[in-house]
Amino acid sequence: MSETFPRIEPLGEAALLVRFADRLDDAANRACVAFRAALEADPPAGVIETASSLGSVLVRADGDLAGVLADLVASRDWAAVPPPPRRLWSIPCSYGGADGPQLAEAAEMAGLSESEAATALSSARVRVLALGFAPGMPYLGILPEVWDLPRQTGLTPKVPDGALVVAVRQFVLFGTEAPTGWRQVGLTAFGCFEPSRARPIALSPGDEVVFPAVSPEELRARAAVDETQHGGANWEALA
Amino acid sequence: MSGSSARLSLLACGPLVTVQDAGRPGFLSQGLARGGAADRHALAEAAALLGSAGAAIETPGSPLTLRAEADTVLALTGAEMRADLAGRTLAWHASHAVAAGDVLTLRPLGLGTYSYVTPLGGVLGPQIMGSRAAHLIAGIGRALAPGDALEIGGGQMPPRRLSPVPDRWSGGALRIVPTPQTRLFSQAELARFEASEFARSPRGNRQGVRLDGPSFSTEGQLNLLSDFVLPGDIQMTGDGVPYILGPECQTTGGYPRIGHVIEADLPRALQAPAGLSVRFCFVTVGEARAARPGPAVTAPLVQDPRDVDLWNKQLIGGVVSAKEG
Repeated sequence: MSETFPRIEPLGEAALLVRFADRLDDAANRACVAFRAALEADPPAGVIETASSLGSVLVRADGDLAGVLADLVASRDWAAVPPPPRRLWSIPCSYGGADGPQLAEAAEMAGLSESEAATALSSARVRVLALGFAPGMPYLGILPEVWDLPRQTGLTPKVPDGALVVAVRQFVLFGTEAPTGWRQVGLTAFGCFEPSRARPIALSPGDEVVFPAVSPEELRARAAVDETQHGGANWEALA
Repeated sequence: MSGSSARLSLLACGPLVTVQDAGRPGFLSQGLARGGAADRHALAEAAALLGSAGAAIETPGSPLTLRAEADTVLALTGAEMRADLAGRTLAWHASHAVAAGDVLTLRPLGLGTYSYVTPLGGVLGPQIMGSRAAHLIAGIGRALAPGDALEIGGGQMPPRRLSPVPDRWSGGALRIVPTPQTRLFSQAELARFEASEFARSPRGNRQGVRLDGPSFSTEGQLNLLSDFVLPGDIQMTGDGVPYILGPECQTTGGYPRIGHVIEADLPRALQAPAGLSVRFCFVTVGEARAARPGPAVTAPLVQDPRDVDLWNKQLIGGVVSAKEG
């Protein structure tokens, strides 16, 4: 069936979904972040909660806001709207070896040497496309085309909390120990979700992230002295 | 009396008993589902019985023995359990005055799944992200265990009962609205879905409930971009087995959702005991909103004759105070 975007559909009985794409697309994801930011900055009457995902924006509301949202959607090209205020995170990562047991395999699939792969991944500046699977767990991208790696056919039974994994031109940063079909290229000590922290979930959709390479020893040393429980990460505000 | 000194002590406690309230709305964008009580109507009923909303103890049919460490009032709502207090069996769907030192024992009757004990003033203690609800999948809070002492509001008020007594434990037809993926299923497949009977599987928890019965498939589209899912969504897994998602479901997912159980009926979906038959029928969003229940209606609790007999005997023996007056 043919689809046109953006489109607005009910989600349950108390929310609407504004869908900007039905496949992974950087421009559509930027549109989602910008559209949600506009709703948050100047919420139409009745809006209770907004959220953005890879390709859509959820609007939970009292009453029917379909008309209001349709007008707002049509009012501009949301993919061309400058990004809202956000954070640029620098999250130290130990690549390869025991901390990234599938770096060599992922590098070979990308047509790179292991050290070339670590250099490429540690210098990639990616965006938080969406958070999900577990609280605070980011999907980050979009990586260059060489990283369009298929998921493994079998699951890795367990990657550790902090694992940086790669597939389909995205990183996922695990906030919990879990099975995955993505390949683990590195390890961070970043707590995606720490209920005891003043800000339990560190990342928001639209934040930008780099994963600079550090040695296994430096990763652990920096995490040990990080009183904010972010594994030695730091951030700056981007306006 | 109110204040921080009132407590409920857990003398015995089966698995997966937790503190629950209305949960944590507002974090969908960061991947955290709202969570909160599986049977939200039972929370509202407790609030009506007690005159104020508060956090409850939720048990998925696990036995529970509590001792009140102060005079208080307890509301018993949700799936009926056998409740014994100081030698009498208490009416369910009602609130009861309990005295300091009273021991309340709850045992499952197999009538429904989730039962609630709500003290007047609610279960207190620290909030995390605006809620006291345990969300075990997310790692927030923990299951309660024997030896725990829960701080509660405390206080006194006349006991009340729900009138009429609710019925969310009999299964039957659950109303659903379409989701953005409903149209990926053919008309024939949707008609077969509405005509099918399912049995609630014993495999269910606060993430979701599996349904045993026929399986259903979409026409081709299997590589859906992950998108928002909500409690109440009926998700078809890769092998076509439907699951009704519960309060601790993931916030996004890539499986198609054939329909979404409306708010009015979701507590019935999650309360159905294992083996009970359920089916589904599509309604419009307008019908779903119109079906939302009004406030719970309560009446003064009048003791039934069994209780009165026992009470009289205790009065003759001079054991009981006028706490139920």
